[in-house]
Amino acid sequence: MKNVLHVENLTMQFGGVVAVNNLCMDVNEGEIVALIGPNGAGKTTAFNAITGVYEPTNGVISFMGEPYVRNTPHGKMKSTYAGINAETYASQPKMTKTPDEITKLGMARTFQNIRLFKSMTVFENVLTAMHMRKKSNLFTATFMINYKEEAEQRRKTEELRKLVDLYDVKDELATSLPYGKQRHLEIARALATEPKLLLLDEPAAGMNPQETAELTAFIHKIRKEFDLTILLIEHHMNLVMDISDRIYVINFGSEIANGTPAEIQSNPAVIEAYLGGDNDE
Amino acid sequence: MNFLKKYNKQIKTILFVVLLYVIIAVIDALGNDIPRVVVSVLKKSCIYALLAVSLNLLNGFTGLFSLGQAGFMLLGAYTYAILTLPMAARESVYYMYGTVVNFSLPLILGLICAGIIPALFAFLIGLPVLKLKSDYLAIATLGFAEIVRALIQWQGFGKVTNGANSILKYPGFKKIMPYALVAGLCILLIVLLLKSTYGRAFKAIRDDEIAAEAMGINLAKHKQMSFVISSFFAGIGGALLAMYQTSLSATAFTSAMTYEILLMVVIGGIGSVTGSVIASFLFIACSEWWLRNLDSGTFLGISLPIFRNGFRLVVFSVVIMIIVLFFRKGIMGERELDVDRIGTFFTKKIPSMFKKKNKEGDLNK
Ligand SMILES: Nc1ncnc2c1ncn2[C@@H]1O[C@H](COP(=O)(O)OP(=O)(O)OP(=O)(O)O)[C@@H](O)[C@H]1O
Ligand SMILES: [Mg+2]
Repeated sequence: MKNVLHVENLTMQFGGVVAVNNLCMDVNEGEIVALIGPNGAGKTTAFNAITGVYEPTNGVISFMGEPYVRNTPHGKMKSTYAGINAETYASQPKMTKTPDEITKLGMARTFQNIRLFKSMTVFENVLTAMHMRKKSNLFTATFMINYKEEAEQRRKTEELRKLVDLYDVKDELATSLPYGKQRHLEIARALATEPKLLLLDEPAAGMNPQETAELTAFIHKIRKEFDLTILLIEHHMNLVMDISDRIYVINFGSEIANGTPAEIQSNPAVIEAYLGGDNDE
Repeated sequence: MNFLKKYNKQIKTILFVVLLYVIIAVIDALGNDIPRVVVSVLKKSCIYALLAVSLNLLNGFTGLFSLGQAGFMLLGAYTYAILTLPMAARESVYYMYGTVVNFSLPLILGLICAGIIPALFAFLIGLPVLKLKSDYLAIATLGFAEIVRALIQWQGFGKVTNGANSILKYPGFKKIMPYALVAGLCILLIVLLLKSTYGRAFKAIRDDEIAAEAMGINLAKHKQMSFVISSFFAGIGGALLAMYQTSLSATAFTSAMTYEILLMVVIGGIGSVTGSVIASFLFIACSEWWLRNLDSGTFLGISLPIFRNGFRLVVFSVVIMIIVLFFRKGIMGERELDVDRIGTFFTKKIPSMFKKKNKEGDLNK
């Protein structure tokens, strides 16, 4: 099995808060892996470090076997660093990538608090995400010499829109859709960047019970259609247990367990974390 | 037939624009029969339409709140005037400093350079400045414009810029049409850009930077692109303004000029090209023509003692305040003018307004 995402000793520290502490994680080709944990556990922060929104304080992240982010505590962080393994990567060169470069590598994400382009229609939202894979330049695009590529993009956009079950809403403002549909649209937009790895941050949040029930089938459908590997954060335990091949559980930034859904359900540390904390699940 | 149907809207739009140009041609042809104020309002409106659209590209479509417009206009205006000044006129214009520019370009080449030089400056200052967030970006670009204004007047550059002296006798357009054509062509280029995949990327950055970046749009590159292109057209607008004024002095290009253009963008609708164009014409016509009489004693046949110098500005400010307070989204919002809608406005909306009145009348009976 080929490794798609490899996270090694990832630590993300904000001032004195260690939001993610020495996280290690692997996602292999074709898998659906879930990252779960109580509120504030550091799940979204881990996503943000993986996708380049934050520069990790310590650790290495690789995509398809190639490291693309590497850091070690330096400067002021060197003395205040509260994680472990501070010296592991000290001798290796630092690596950073901006979010757009990481998306270009082949991973795309959705956001916990939906971030659609709010002045744009459903169609335009998806079409805009095709910008990254274009071959035209400023000149050919302005003078419409790239009309073939433009037509192809529009055709693909239409295909995608229907594939994610957004019928009859082509020209509606993205933000006028109900929450569940907005989540679908965000997924379609992410797919338009042609990713290998899709990261979903709480895809079921804001969905009604019926939409949530249909989500498992929906995620399976897009995985098959686009040959995807999926890493998702989710609070709905039924969905997580139903859909995941493997699960990582974190609490207060640190991993407390990982394994198959059956293993996780019977793990005492996990039960403790979920029952002990003030959690709404 | 099919072709006509498919491109119906485009054809109508083109015909509408052609009609506007025909009107300008007719006014040009009538020459002295047209009041001078109309001619100068039309010229100035064309120039400001271009300036407003170029600022809108940056502020409205890319969401970068820049206030450097006057600085780039100034660079464009000076580039144009310096490069096209006829050889014969150089000695008399640069009587104080002498000049090191010993060639003279044809008008069109001068205009193109008037775009390129500001674009180069934008490229250089864009690298550090565009990293700043909204308010800081506004302050930095405003500062840039003020520095440019000061430097141009500095006598150290006298051999190039003629220091604090005006530059005169450079060539310019006489009729309205060339102004309208140059401004129209530039606006057309901006519209084409906005309709392209790059325009969508700009709007994505405006709507949500984090999401745009996550969708693979390189923020630094695209912001830089929008900044450079906007400055290019601001420079050309500045050159046109220099032609219109026939004498060029850096003192006129204050930040108040940028605010004026920003106001046109806001009145027209942030994110609407046609809005900016319409607003420019209304703004210039109001400030230079329709409200003029407010300063001269008699307005609409009424004479009052308050109709004195400066009263026009009071009324003008009130009008603008009303627009900004009650029409937050401007005349057009984010929409564009639709030729069909103009049609229905005259054939349906206005008659229906009368019909409604009639109905109310019926009820009263
Ligand atoms: N930019 C930041 N600066 C400072 N602290 C931060 C920052 N981002 C996240 N944190 C902190 O990191 C911790 C983890 O937050 P995170 O959003 O990753 O949690 P989460 O697991 O996604 O929770 P939820 O299930 O509620 O979404 C929180 O205590 C949060 O306050
Ligand atoms: Mg979260």
